[in-house]
Amino acid sequence: MGELSPLAFLLTSSVKVLLVFTVTLGVVAYMTLAERKVSGFIQDRLGPNRAGPFGLLQPIADGIKNFAKEETLPGTSNRLFFILAPMLAIMPAVVTLAVVPFAAPLPTPWGVVGMVIADIPIGILYILALSSLGVYGLFLAGWASNNKYALLGGVRSSSQMVSYEVALGLSLIPVFMLAGNVTLTEIVWQQQQLGMWFIFPLSLAFILFVISAFAETNRLPFDLPEAESELVTGYHTEYSSMKFSMFFIAEYSHILTASALMATLFLGGWSVPFWSGDHMFQEGGRWISGYGADGLPIAAAPAWWITLLTLGSFALKTAFFILVFIWVRWTLPRFRYDQVMHLGWKVMLPVALAYVMIISASILVLDHVGFEGFLFGAALTAVSLLCTGTFVFVLDRDRIISGTTRVSPVRDVSATASSYSVRGAARSTGQGSLSKTRP
Amino acid sequence: MPATVKVLRRPEPGQTSYIRSALKGMGLTFRHMVNPNKVTHQYPEEAVELSPRWRGTHVMEVHADGRPKCVACGLCPTICPANCIRLVGGEDDMGNRYPIVYEIDEFRCIFCGMCQEVCPVEAIHVGRHFENAEYTRDRFVYDLDRLMAQDHPSTLLWDPSDPRSE
Repeated sequence: MGELSPLAFLLTSSVKVLLVFTVTLGVVAYMTLAERKVSGFIQDRLGPNRAGPFGLLQPIADGIKNFAKEETLPGTSNRLFFILAPMLAIMPAVVTLAVVPFAAPLPTPWGVVGMVIADIPIGILYILALSSLGVYGLFLAGWASNNKYALLGGVRSSSQMVSYEVALGLSLIPVFMLAGNVTLTEIVWQQQQLGMWFIFPLSLAFILFVISAFAETNRLPFDLPEAESELVTGYHTEYSSMKFSMFFIAEYSHILTASALMATLFLGGWSVPFWSGDHMFQEGGRWISGYGADGLPIAAAPAWWITLLTLGSFALKTAFFILVFIWVRWTLPRFRYDQVMHLGWKVMLPVALAYVMIISASILVLDHVGFEGFLFGAALTAVSLLCTGTFVFVLDRDRIISGTTRVSPVRDVSATASSYSVRGAARSTGQGSLSKTRP
Repeated sequence: MPATVKVLRRPEPGQTSYIRSALKGMGLTFRHMVNPNKVTHQYPEEAVELSPRWRGTHVMEVHADGRPKCVACGLCPTICPANCIRLVGGEDDMGNRYPIVYEIDEFRCIFCGMCQEVCPVEAIHVGRHFENAEYTRDRFVYDLDRLMAQDHPSTLLWDPSDPRSE
């Protein structure tokens, strides 16, 4: 089967854009419901269940409420930037999903259509470039509000996102080295060819990526820019109604993108585990499912049910990571700001750099020795496991295995009592001397 | 110093395992997430169980012919610590005393139930009821007709078969 004609390409791309955009916004709306439901369950409550069965109409009710609310515009704000900021925040958040492949290719009467909006050669670099634009929206919102809490939130968000972008990018380099490319379709294909998800041979990269992704999405335990208890709500303190809602949509789209990326980069994307029927990749305009013993490519046999199955697989993996995002939010408390910076610059950055060195050296050695396929992956898994173990051991000061060893000795009650009386006596003598000096 | 002091064994600073405790916390929240026993009370659908000692808004007992049992003796406005009962008594041709005005300001009432205890004819009672929402504040001053028309049961602290607790 050949390539699509220009007209068919235009038509299918438009349909895909429309579909992915609608589904993204729908998923984002229902993520807010999922967040409230899961937070309710974790706190032994039921969560919203009044609007529709199981609260399913709650996002619609919230949307109507947000449209109907009053738009506030603080008198001292910079009007232009105040209105521009939510747009700048939401735009990069919703366009990043364009390069994430979400299913196996779909056969149509006009040719086989790849299930990704834009399979551009720069792939994940596009996501990194655009998602880092999101910080402009947040910082502009904080600055244009002309409010000290909003400004602090904006400053925090910019420094945090810039710091963790370094670790995020470095944690991706091992993935690129293993896949040999930055396009997400090829990363999925290489995971299928290796017969192993990248989470195993690159476990430490996965851990670093997850931590950075939490920081990049401003989620707990890294929600310093919002920090309700200290900064009201940070950069969106002054925003109301739909402008506030746009920040909300942006935050949740970032979570969706991060979850989809984790699934694609480390969990095999849309591929179904332990099944080779969905191995498909576009090479030189042809869809292939692998290479024969003679090294020649074998033509793929796409089918609509394979597309549906792989779409389900992708949705399941992404939903799992979204659940993890929510679950972590309702478990872990917020970091202190210096701890965030310490973790970002003094732990994540050197560890990511060292890991890049170790993995590149291992790949070089394994290639030299001549390991291939599963054996290659298994050897790399062993190396990564060692790295992860060392990382966790050092980071946790060797308490991970032994747990809390030393507890403070039980205080001697009588000793404490006597120390109280001694202190009391000292105070009374001090007062006495004071009264003596008085005329 | 009290005789029993609970000493918490706290880990020394720098001796805690962050990753272990984070994972432990995740486990705890997960157990609660899947736990089917929730504490939420589905209120309008499920009735709330009231305590047997519950004292709610008042009920005035009536005779079979529709007259209030109140004899306007004036004991309840006297004993009321919140001063929320207004009583103007009258006397009919037969010399029977009856209330001309009997009002209870349910906002001022502290629901102590002393009006019920002091009443010599078992006329006024606190009720077993809590759904009292109104649209205006003046609706919370219950007059005699309203007190007689209350259809919720009176408190379990008063047993109609043994009215004087004998």
